[in-house]
Amino acid sequence: MSLWNWITETQVWRSIFRHKYPDNPRDQSLAVLSNVFLHLHPIKVKKSGVRMSFTWCMGGITFFLFLVETITGILLMFYYRPTVEWAFNDIKALRELAPLGIMRELHRWGAHLMVITVWLHMLRVFLTGSYKPPREFNWNVGVILLVLTLLLSFTGYLLPWDQLAVWAITVGTNMARATPFLGHEGPGASLLALGDVQIVTAGSDVRFALLSGTLVGPAALLRFYVLHCIAIPLAAGLLMAIHFWRVRKDGGISGPL
Amino acid sequence: MADKSRRSFLESVAVGWTIFTGASVAGLAACVRFMFPNDLFEPPTQFKIGPPEDFAEGVDERFKDLNSIWVVKDTDKIVVLSTVCTHLGCTPNWLSADLKFKCPCHGSGFYSTGINFEGPAPRPLERFKVGLAPDGQILVDKTRKFQQELGQWSDPDSFLPV
Repeated sequence: MSLWNWITETQVWRSIFRHKYPDNPRDQSLAVLSNVFLHLHPIKVKKSGVRMSFTWCMGGITFFLFLVETITGILLMFYYRPTVEWAFNDIKALRELAPLGIMRELHRWGAHLMVITVWLHMLRVFLTGSYKPPREFNWNVGVILLVLTLLLSFTGYLLPWDQLAVWAITVGTNMARATPFLGHEGPGASLLALGDVQIVTAGSDVRFALLSGTLVGPAALLRFYVLHCIAIPLAAGLLMAIHFWRVRKDGGISGPL
Repeated sequence: MADKSRRSFLESVAVGWTIFTGASVAGLAACVRFMFPNDLFEPPTQFKIGPPEDFAEGVDERFKDLNSIWVVKDTDKIVVLSTVCTHLGCTPNWLSADLKFKCPCHGSGFYSTGINFEGPAPRPLERFKVGLAPDGQILVDKTRKFQQELGQWSDPDSFLPV
């Protein structure tokens, strides 16, 4: 018995890989079905599905960039403290004091690139008509993922806590005042009242919830940090799993028209 | 185990689901409410800024950083202007040489009266309620604002005669 045979006969190996060497259709199917990552992926990929001129590989590049952002982001979290006292200093220290001072630049450029590739992916899907049934559900999942990508950029923008960050978020969150029903200056908000008491005010509207206050201060910095590092990536990760799985369920990558 | 009638089974299912749904809604509401803090570590919205004699004619910038207001005194009145640009909410700078408020974000300009005259700002700066406290100090109330384009600057609460 060779060493390879001995390894593949051990209980450890067989508890991980629940199939024989995939050189026949049955074990090839099992190899895909018993692997959670491959399970999200279509069993078969059409020839046109791997043609760069058809897909531009934009969805794949976007996912790759999400992984880059996750890894560089986790590394940045080891140095960055989301408080008014430290945020700006920690950002500067990331460039000058931490080894490989380009980690924040990688995170930043990756974020810019991801917004671009998400748009190009959407454009490709539109131009190839891949949003049509049965893929209309996945188009909607993709639209939500686009919004989450923009929100990730928006929440990350505040974290350096410099003048650009504070005023960009001030301007950005001022737009939330005009949210229908949920913003205190938005249409319909004045209709929500108990007698003479307004329910949606500057102290209870969606902007207040976003900033944890009425101005961009320490509470807003912490809130944006948690949204940026935990809440939005979790939501995006969940939707991406659905997005990829849905591609498989809707018959793989769409073919040329 | 005692036999359960269809009716009592459906009743217990209905009660169970009602309790579960109620608890879920209550839990969700508690989570939403949690995002709205009871107290803010922000500057007070009603405060005294000293007696009118403390202010010379012109734009006073002493309360800009903490309270986000300018106190502007001219020959016959004192007004309190908001430092929030009416374009997109940045904070303009008072340029004493040019006698104007200039916003660094998109270049809106306002006269010392708060009237807009250049840049994208669509309307004048807002005034806050101003009055005299019983002890003779000026009392500012930021919960009430007065907008010129709505004709509210003639309201006696929007300025303090001197």
